[in-house]
Amino acid sequence: MMDYEVKLEMFEGPLDLLLHLIHKNEVDIFDIPIATITDQYLAYLELMKSLEMSIAGDFLVMASTLIHIKSRMLLPGRSDEDEEEDPRLEITRPLLEYMQLKEMAKELAEREILGRDVFARNYATSFDEYPDMVPNPDVTLFQLMDAFRRIVLREEGQGNLKVSLEKWSVKDKVESIISLLREKPDIFFEDIFKEHREISEFVVTFLALLELVHMGLIKVFQPSQESRIRLTACFDEGDPSVYGGEDGRTA
Amino acid sequence: MRVIHPFTGERMEEQLKLIIESLLFSADKPLLVKDIQGCLPGREPREIVEALETLAHEYDAMNRSFSLKEVAQGYQIRTKPDYGPYVLRMMKRSATRLSPASMETLAIIAYKQPVIRQEIEQFRGVDTGGILRTLLERNLIRIMGRKHLPGRPLIYGTTRKFLEVFDLNSLESLPKLKEIKEFGIGEIQATQTHENKTPEASAVQEEAVETDPSPTDSGS
Repeated sequence: MMDYEVKLEMFEGPLDLLLHLIHKNEVDIFDIPIATITDQYLAYLELMKSLEMSIAGDFLVMASTLIHIKSRMLLPGRSDEDEEEDPRLEITRPLLEYMQLKEMAKELAEREILGRDVFARNYATSFDEYPDMVPNPDVTLFQLMDAFRRIVLREEGQGNLKVSLEKWSVKDKVESIISLLREKPDIFFEDIFKEHREISEFVVTFLALLELVHMGLIKVFQPSQESRIRLTACFDEGDPSVYGGEDGRTA
Repeated sequence: MRVIHPFTGERMEEQLKLIIESLLFSADKPLLVKDIQGCLPGREPREIVEALETLAHEYDAMNRSFSLKEVAQGYQIRTKPDYGPYVLRMMKRSATRLSPASMETLAIIAYKQPVIRQEIEQFRGVDTGGILRTLLERNLIRIMGRKHLPGRPLIYGTTRKFLEVFDLNSLESLPKLKEIKEFGIGEIQATQTHENKTPEASAVQEEAVETDPSPTDSGS
């Protein structure tokens, strides 16, 4: 087998790939050289296979459509062209529709989008949609870990992260999270890591959070897949001098 | 509490305008004329619309960083795009983004609604389940009902929030499609008879028709 380097472009779907091939070959969409395009299309699928990428069924359906059209084009007796429909129309029409769709998407994307280009008062809260702030308990440990990793990466990106001896205790962090929640009973996940600089501090704070969830003192939820994770207090004003009772479990 | 003083003439109009401005300034969503009227008993919608238009013109003339926009049938003060990057920095967040795939799906729904998932997938040629869920979660699309077809598929449409986010007054103000819209199969065949025509050529056809009677070469 030959060694070669490939720069693989990712295609949304079979139409995207076809459109790409048509542009690349600079051919007229109304007069697609079906043999060339079919060959290139199949070569691309081969490439995907050799890279052990999973090929979605949609790609295979299109491959069979292309081959079918190619065979129909080869059949003799297409002299009465006016009566018989060009078999290529079977892909021309979806392609045209797809091109139009891309155009529509572009038009939309170029508008003055709220939250990207333009802003209005109180926009931050109105966009992220916390529907009536109903706690949605569906945050899994993995989502929390992901969010945690993002925060660490972000801080690392700023070049501010140093690793040093442990100076933080879970107990302290539990206290500080609780005091944050006392001030404001509803905060973002990120808020508890404010002004953290060292990786050990991040970790300890994270452990403290898990501890608090375990004790049922706070609730963690995410209103929707893409929104930020939120923490709410489940203790009454007076209640939590709590920690200290069962403090055996520090990390 | 009396809010409006029985001023007359110009002064009253000035007062009305400033009251409306204060409402717009403090509102956290686009205000409908009806909302404004609710705060100004005895005022006609026409007067309110006039005052809104005056305000919009004044802001433009002042060349401020914001303008008064008409979105989702309502009125809202919004910053101009030039200042977006600074606002984002202040908010410590990145711009709201939609992936190209989400954008395409949203576009189909916007233009073709009411539409079912199968139709959307026909257009894009790929599965859209995950994208639909995201768009629903972000409240950009909504479920309008179920179609009387086998499987009772869900019907999707866009929301009011979609109009707000994309700076549209109503669905009618969606940018007009470049005439590929009516491309039924018949038209494709029609275009095909003009063998040499590229799709680009046919795309500008519409404009060409309008400017046709006065071609530039008639001068020389």
